[in-house]
Amino acid sequence: MDGGEERRKRAVGRLCSICHEKKAALKRPKTLDQICRECFYAVFEEEIHKVIVENNLFKPGERIAIGASGGKDSTVLAYVLSKLNQEHNYGLDLFLLSVDEGITGYRDDSLETVKRNEIQYGLPLKIVSYKELYGWTMDEIVKAIGLKNNCTFCGVFRRQALDRGAALLRTDKLVTGHNADDIAETVLLNILRGDIARLGRCTQITTGEDGPIPRCKPFKYTYEKEILDYFSTECIYSPNAYRGFAREFIKDLEQIRPRAILDIIRSGENFRISSSTKMPEQGTCERCGYISSQKFLDVVNDKVVKVGKDFMNKSRAVIKWCKACVLLDGLNRGLPKFGIRRTKDSQKVGEHRVSNSETTVANFESKQCGNLDF
Amino acid sequence: MRLTVEFGGGLELLCQSIKIHHVDVNHKAGEEKLIMKDLLCWIRSNLIKERPEMFMKGDTVRPGVLVLVNDTDWELSGQLDTTLEENDVVVFISTLHGG
Repeated sequence: MDGGEERRKRAVGRLCSICHEKKAALKRPKTLDQICRECFYAVFEEEIHKVIVENNLFKPGERIAIGASGGKDSTVLAYVLSKLNQEHNYGLDLFLLSVDEGITGYRDDSLETVKRNEIQYGLPLKIVSYKELYGWTMDEIVKAIGLKNNCTFCGVFRRQALDRGAALLRTDKLVTGHNADDIAETVLLNILRGDIARLGRCTQITTGEDGPIPRCKPFKYTYEKEILDYFSTECIYSPNAYRGFAREFIKDLEQIRPRAILDIIRSGENFRISSSTKMPEQGTCERCGYISSQKFLDVVNDKVVKVGKDFMNKSRAVIKWCKACVLLDGLNRGLPKFGIRRTKDSQKVGEHRVSNSETTVANFESKQCGNLDF
Repeated sequence: MRLTVEFGGGLELLCQSIKIHHVDVNHKAGEEKLIMKDLLCWIRSNLIKERPEMFMKGDTVRPGVLVLVNDTDWELSGQLDTTLEENDVVVFISTLHGG
């Protein structure tokens, strides 16, 4: 082919700094090394292996659920983990675990990708759906609450759905495809929100070790760009998930100084919180009995007194429910906005129009997008 | 100059969900060669049908968009100054989405 030859002629530029044979095809953001595709695949996999070994992420014989969304991160994670498991004899039983939120036209495609992964990588797949776990699909929830706070529901439910699915598969751990960009973004957001409890947790490579199903993030130090380079063929994509200002800021920083992403993670890791600081409690939900690493909410189950247009709580904090239960309870009672707003705001706005014996929610931090939850 | 332009990672949604475009781009008047900077302008006005801000920021692509010229990251070929030749394949993949 004429074009091909010409391209090759022009490509005589730089050679790969590892093999010194092939033409460099990409520049590593971490090291600025210019390397060829073949060497890139090798160093990419080697780095993940090192992270796994150095952090003792797995023990031989463990059953591991891979949180699989059908997106690029989890697809690459499933592929690389099964490859490393064979090459380095980790002795792991790997499973794919997907959540079907019940969003027509959105998950359908990505669930197809996950089903393909099941066949390609020979990993058993379990799909848990919001419908079977909670009795509601996301489509139905959106119908009830509109498009405003739907991400809160979806995020809270997804987190718990993954835990429940992992329990159904009787796995010892759950791994997710969160990458370095995700973590840097979360560090920034937690600083902006002043959420020191999450700031402390979000940089840990393994979380929830005291709970039933610890979670870990083998891609903690892996740049999103490199996951994409690794994947580059085809990308199944969620069209509306605009990741917000912090994400774009991270990409701007990367442009100026590629190391910035790792530096932000390092800053997050080195954050020290005064030991006298009171941290939010964690525990078991008194409604579903489900142990979650999420913060628990105080639900006021007493009289609500009307003051002008607003309602004021007379007594506080009797029941401890997890966020998923509070949201679900609101949905089932036809009060979908229940549990969305912060108490401060709700007293001002008086949005929780509940009758006297109804419960209301006090004291919790709402979060817009489930993707950022660690 | 005939080129193949591919969009992925959701960017295809900005151009009527068509991923692969075989295009013919003319040199700018008075210029001898076509560089990526010119191609981006051309794409913006000819291929992108909606939300151009998802594709470009200023005169370059939005940070987080991976650009490959003949399967090589454009960071290695000079980014906006990369000279294009007949039958080159230019790929844009967005990373700014859920996953």
